[in-house]
Amino acid sequence: MTDLPMLTLMTLTPLIGVVVLMVLPASLARASRPITLGISLLTLLEGVFLAHQFRTEGGQLQFIERAPWIPSVGAEYFVGVDGLNLLLILLTTLLIPFAIATSPFPSERPRLYFALILALETGLLGNFTALNFVHWFLYWELGLIPAYFLIKFWGGPGRRTAALQFFLFTFAGSVALLLAFQALFLATGTMDFPNLAALARDGSLSSGLSRAFAWTGLNPTRLASILFLGTFAGLAVKIPLVPFHTWLPDTYAEAPTSVTLLLTGALSKMGVYGILRILIPIFPAETRTMLSPILVGVVVSIVFPTLVALAQTDLKRILAYSSINHLGYCLLGIFVALDPVPQGPQWANERAAALNGAVLQMFNHGINAALLFALVGILEQRTGGRRQLEDFGGLRARAPILAGMLGTAVFASLGLPGLSGFIGEFLIFKGAFPLAPGAAALALPGLMMTAVFLLTLLHRVLNGPVNPARQEFQDLSRRECLVLAPMLALLVLPGILPQLLLRWTNPSVVAFVAGLAP
Amino acid sequence: MENLAKNLWVIPLLPLLAATVGTFLPRRLHRVTAGLSVAALATAAILAAAAFLSVVRGGALYSNVPWFETGTLSVRVGWILDPLSAAMLLMITVVGTLIFIFSTGYMAEDPDSGRFFCFLSLFAAAMLGLILSNSLLLLFICWELVGLASYLLIGFWYSRPPAADAARKAFLTTRIGDLGFLVGLIWLYSESGTVLFYDQGAGCLEPAALSGIAGRATAGGLALGTAISLLLFCGAVGKSGQLPLHVWLPDAMEGPTPVSALIHAATMVAAGVFLMARMFPLVALGGSAELPAPALVVMAWTGALTALFGALTAVAQTDIKRILAYSTISQLGFMMMGLATGGPAVGMVHLLTHAFFKALLFLGAGSVIHGCHGEQDIRHLGGLRRRMPLTFATYAVGMMALSGVPVFFSGFWSKDAILHSLSHWAPSRVPFLLGVLTAAVTAFYMTRQMIYVFAGTSRGPDSAHAHEGSPVLTVPLGILAGASIALSAVTTPFRPWLEHFLSPASTPSESGSVWGILILSALACGAGLAAGGILYRNLGVALKTGRDPLERWVPRMYTLMRDRFRFDEFYRATLVKWVGAAAWISAALDQSLGSVFRDLASFAASAGSWLSRTVDQGVLNASFDDGCQAARDAGGLLSRTHDGQPQRSLRILIAGVIALAAGLLFLATS
Amino acid sequence: MSAATLHLLLAAAMFCIGLAGALCRRNAILVLIGIELMLNAANLNFLTFWKYGPQPQPLDGPVFVLFSVAIAAAEAAVGLALIIAIHRRYRTTQLEEISRLRG
Repeated sequence: MTDLPMLTLMTLTPLIGVVVLMVLPASLARASRPITLGISLLTLLEGVFLAHQFRTEGGQLQFIERAPWIPSVGAEYFVGVDGLNLLLILLTTLLIPFAIATSPFPSERPRLYFALILALETGLLGNFTALNFVHWFLYWELGLIPAYFLIKFWGGPGRRTAALQFFLFTFAGSVALLLAFQALFLATGTMDFPNLAALARDGSLSSGLSRAFAWTGLNPTRLASILFLGTFAGLAVKIPLVPFHTWLPDTYAEAPTSVTLLLTGALSKMGVYGILRILIPIFPAETRTMLSPILVGVVVSIVFPTLVALAQTDLKRILAYSSINHLGYCLLGIFVALDPVPQGPQWANERAAALNGAVLQMFNHGINAALLFALVGILEQRTGGRRQLEDFGGLRARAPILAGMLGTAVFASLGLPGLSGFIGEFLIFKGAFPLAPGAAALALPGLMMTAVFLLTLLHRVLNGPVNPARQEFQDLSRRECLVLAPMLALLVLPGILPQLLLRWTNPSVVAFVAGLAP
Repeated sequence: MENLAKNLWVIPLLPLLAATVGTFLPRRLHRVTAGLSVAALATAAILAAAAFLSVVRGGALYSNVPWFETGTLSVRVGWILDPLSAAMLLMITVVGTLIFIFSTGYMAEDPDSGRFFCFLSLFAAAMLGLILSNSLLLLFICWELVGLASYLLIGFWYSRPPAADAARKAFLTTRIGDLGFLVGLIWLYSESGTVLFYDQGAGCLEPAALSGIAGRATAGGLALGTAISLLLFCGAVGKSGQLPLHVWLPDAMEGPTPVSALIHAATMVAAGVFLMARMFPLVALGGSAELPAPALVVMAWTGALTALFGALTAVAQTDIKRILAYSTISQLGFMMMGLATGGPAVGMVHLLTHAFFKALLFLGAGSVIHGCHGEQDIRHLGGLRRRMPLTFATYAVGMMALSGVPVFFSGFWSKDAILHSLSHWAPSRVPFLLGVLTAAVTAFYMTRQMIYVFAGTSRGPDSAHAHEGSPVLTVPLGILAGASIALSAVTTPFRPWLEHFLSPASTPSESGSVWGILILSALACGAGLAAGGILYRNLGVALKTGRDPLERWVPRMYTLMRDRFRFDEFYRATLVKWVGAAAWISAALDQSLGSVFRDLASFAASAGSWLSRTVDQGVLNASFDDGCQAARDAGGLLSRTHDGQPQRSLRILIAGVIALAAGLLFLATS
Repeated sequence: MSAATLHLLLAAAMFCIGLAGALCRRNAILVLIGIELMLNAANLNFLTFWKYGPQPQPLDGPVFVLFSVAIAAAEAAVGLALIIAIHRRYRTTQLEEISRLRG
C-alpha cells in the first residue's frame, strides 16, 4: 500500500477539471468535453490503481485517512475502503467517463454542463468513501445539487417540475437524515460510522439516547426507532423504495439521458450503500424489529414497478421502473441477511450469499442500466428525441449492431445466466429463499414480469417490419461502438467469472455478517 | 480417462468458438460461418464418439472445478461423462451435424445465414454444456442459454410478426417453468449444501445427501424430496412442452425448419426429460414399486395427459410442421410417462430413438417446404410421392418409426418398452390405457399426413412444380432414416443393450409379458393405420367439399381438436388479461400515488407561503415598514442640506472644523 | 517678534488666503490653487516647528515636507484630471453648475 492519500486524491481529481472548465475561455468551449473526459479517465485510472492495491484478505477497511476537522461538532475527516464500497467506487469512475462520452454535446453552456458532471463525480466518490457523517452528508448533498441543475438546465420539456420534484423529495429525505444524526451526536458525541456501530453493539448508544433525551419522556427503544425511521426514510427516498419513488419516473424521463444514466447507475446506489454502511450497523436491533414491514416494502418495490412498466410506452419510463425493481433485489439481499431467526454457520453462508449478491447486483445493475440508457440516448439522438415504443419497430434490420447490444443489455437485465445480472440475482435468491422464504417467493413474480416487459420492449423496438419513419436509421458508428464495447464486456465478464468481483467483496461481506450476529 | 473428464469442456467449446468467430465475420462471408459451424460440430461429434466408446468400456467419470466463493462456501461446477450424458452427447452431435449440413442447403439463399449458423452453434454449445454438466447450477445456466438460442432462432425471421411473437411467447412461457426450476435449485442447494451431482460421496445425488433429504417434510406436510422434485419438474414442464405450458411449442414452428428439427424436436425440448432422468435418484426418493414417489406419480399423469392431448390435437392440424410439433408434445409426454414408471433408461431410450426419427420427419418436412417454395398447408400439397421420391421414402421410414410399426423401426421398440412399464405401474391403469390409445391415434394422424402430402395428385400450384433438393438436403435424410431403423438393433426387449447401458441396474423383463404388450402395441398401431387409410382413401373427392373427412364424421370433436382445445384462448382470456389488468391498475395507482405526493407537496408549499405572507404583512411589515418610512422622512429632511454644491459642503466642513477647534480650546483651557 | 512667530504668521496668512480662495472662488481651478496654498501653509508650519523646535533632529522636517509635496503633486494631478473630466462632461469649470452630488 502506498502512503499517498489515495482516496482524497481520487475524490478531488474531478475538481481539477471543474476549475479548468471555470477558467476556460468561451472560444475553447468545444474543448470542454475532451478535458472532462481526460480528467474522468484519470480518475478511472486512480480507481483501477486503488482496486489493484486493494488487499483482498481480511476484508478490513483500507486506505484509511483520518484527520480532526471540527471536533466540537464531531466532524472528522475519515475515509476508507473495503469490499462493500470498492465496487461502487469503480462503478462511479467507470460511469462518469461513459456518461461524458455518450452525452451529446450540449448546445448551451457546455462548460457548465461538464463541470457539473465532474462535481457530481466528486460528490459520489466522497460519499462512497466517507466514514464520518459530517462529510458523508456534505458529499451526499454535493451529489444532489449538480444533478438538480443538470436536470433543470438540460432536461426535457417538463424539466423544471421534474428537477424541483427530484430536489424536494431527496431534500426532504436529507433533512430527516440530518436530524437523526444530530440526535445521535447529542447522545454519543461522535459521528463516525464505525464508532457509532461499535456503540450500538455494546448498548451505550441507547443509554446515551435515554440520557440526552430524558426530557422527551420516551424510552430508548422508542427513541432509537424514531431515529432509525428518519435515517431509513432519508435513504429510501434516494434508492427509491416504493412508495417514495414517485419522483423517479418523471425525473428519469426528463433528465438528459446521460444524466439519467448517472442517476440510476450511480446516484441510486448512494441510498443502498447508505443502508449497508450506516443503517444496518448502527441500528441492527431496530432493523430487525421492523424487518417484516420493510420486507413487505421491498417486495412491493420488486413486483409493483414491473407491472407499472408493462403499461408504459416511453422507453425511459420503462427503464426507470425497471431500475426500481432491480434495486429492490439489492434491498432484498441486504435485509434478508438481517433475518434474526436462523443462526449457525450454514446460515452465515446464506447471509453472505445474499449480501454478496446485493453488492454485485449494485455494480452490475449500474453497468447494465447505464448501457441501456446510453442506447436509449442513441435512439433519441437518431430520431430527434423520440422514445415512444411506437416510434420504433424493425430496427434490427437497419441497425444489427445496435440491436445486438440492446439485446445483450436487456437479457443481462432480465438475469440471463452467463451475463452479469444472473449472478447477483442468483446469490440474492440463494440467500433469501432459506432466510425469508415468504418474501423471496413473493418477489418471484418480479423476475417473471421483468422478462415480460423487457422482452416486450425488445420486441416493439427491434422486431417486426421496419417502421416507415425509421427507414434511414443508421447503425452504430465506429466511435459509438468503441464507447459502448467496454460496458458490454463488463456485462459479459462478471457473468462468466464472478470471482473477479467476489474476491473483493466476499471477505468484507464475511466480516460484515460476523458483525451482524446479535 | 482422467484427462478425458478434465477436458470434456472442449466439446461444447468448439461450437461456441464457431459462434464467436462467426459473430465477428462480415455478413458476406456467411458461407465461411456455415462451414466453420459444421466443421466445429463434426469435430465435436468425433470427440463425442471417442467419449462414448470410452464410457462403453469403463464407468462414469467427472471432474469439478471451483467457480466462485461466497461466505465460506466454494461454489463449484463440473463435467460428467456417464452413460446418460455420453448417449445424449453422441445423439446431439450426430443429429446436430446432420441438421447443420441440411441447413447449409436449406438456408443457402438466405443472406442472413451467417447469423443463423452463429445462433445454431450457440445452441449446440449450450445444449452440449447442459448434458455434460455435473452441477445443477451449471445445468441451469446452460438450460437458460438453450432457451436464449431457441428464442433467437424462433425469431430468426424477426421482421415477420408471427415469428417475433412466437419467440417472445416461447421465452416467457418456458421462463414460468424455469422460475420453479430456480427455486428448486436454490432449495436443494440450501438443504444439501451442494448442487454438484457427484463429488466423491458429497454430491447431491449421492447416498449421503439423499439420506439427509429423505424423511424430512416441509411446512405443508410434503416430503422435502418431493417438493424439490416437483419444482424441478416445473422447469421440465416448461422446456419439454408438457401440459399446461405446451402452448409455446407449436408456435415455435415459425422458426426455420432445421431449427424445429434440432431444437424443437430432437434436443432442447427433450432437455426436460433429460433433467428428470439426471435427477432421478432425488425424484424417486422415498418411493417403492408398489408406492412410487409422489413426484413420479405427478410426472406419469402429466405425461399421460400430454401424450393424449398432443396426439389428438395433431389429428386436426393442417400445417405440416404443426402436426409434427403436436406429435413432439405427445411423444415428450410418452417419455415422461416412461421415465416416471419405468426408470430413466426407459424414458431415455425413447428420447434417443425419437430424436432420430423426429429430426428425420422435420427435415423431411423441410425438404417438402423447400421443394414447394414455402408451402406448408397440407391441403395444398399432395402427390409428392412421385415428384420427391427420396423425401417420400425417408419420410415414410420416419412415419413408421413414429407410428410404431413393428419389428424394423426403433420407435416401435422404445414405445413398447414404455407401454410395458406402464402396464406394470402399481398406482393406476389409466395411464396405460391412455398410452395405448395415444399409440393408435399417433398411427392415425401420421397416416393422415402421409396421405395428404404424398398420395393422390397435387392440389396447389407450388406442389405441382415441386422438385427434389440437392444431395445436401437428401443425404442427411437418408442417414437419419438408416439410424431410425438401425437403432432397433439395440433397443429390442430381447437385446436391450441401450437400456442396459443407460441403466445397468434395470432388471430384464419377463418374456411372457413382453409378448403380450408387443402384440397389443402392434395392434394399436395397425388400428391407427387402418383407420387412417380407410378414412382418407378418397381424400381428393372429400376435399372437394372443403372439409376434412374426419370433420364430416365428428364435426364438434374435430373443431375442438383443430382449435387445440382452446388453450391459447383460455390463457388469453385469463392469464394474459389479468396481467394486463394488473399492469393497468398498477399504473393508475402509481399515477395517483404520484399525484397525491405532488398534491401534498404543493399543498404544503402553498400553506407555507400563506402562513409566511400573513406573518409578514401582519407582524413584520407593520412595524418594519413604519420604521422604514420614518427613517426615509428623516433622511429627506436631512438631504436638503446636500444640494450638491461642493463649496457649500466645504463651508459646512470648515465651520465644523472651527467649531471643533473652539471646543477643543474651550476644553483645554477650562 | 521672533523669527518663528513671523514664519507662523506668514503661514497663517497663506492658509487664510487659500481658504478664502477655496470657499469663494467659482472656478474649480482656482479652488484647487487655494487648496494647494493651504497645503503649503501647513508645510511651512512643519519647517518652522522643526527649525525652531526644542530638539531639531537632522532632516526630520524636510523629509516630511518632501513627502507632503510629493503627495500634493499627486493630488494636484488627480485634481486636475478630475477637473478635465468634469469639463469634458459638463463643458464648464464653474462649480455651482455642477450639482450632481445633491442628496
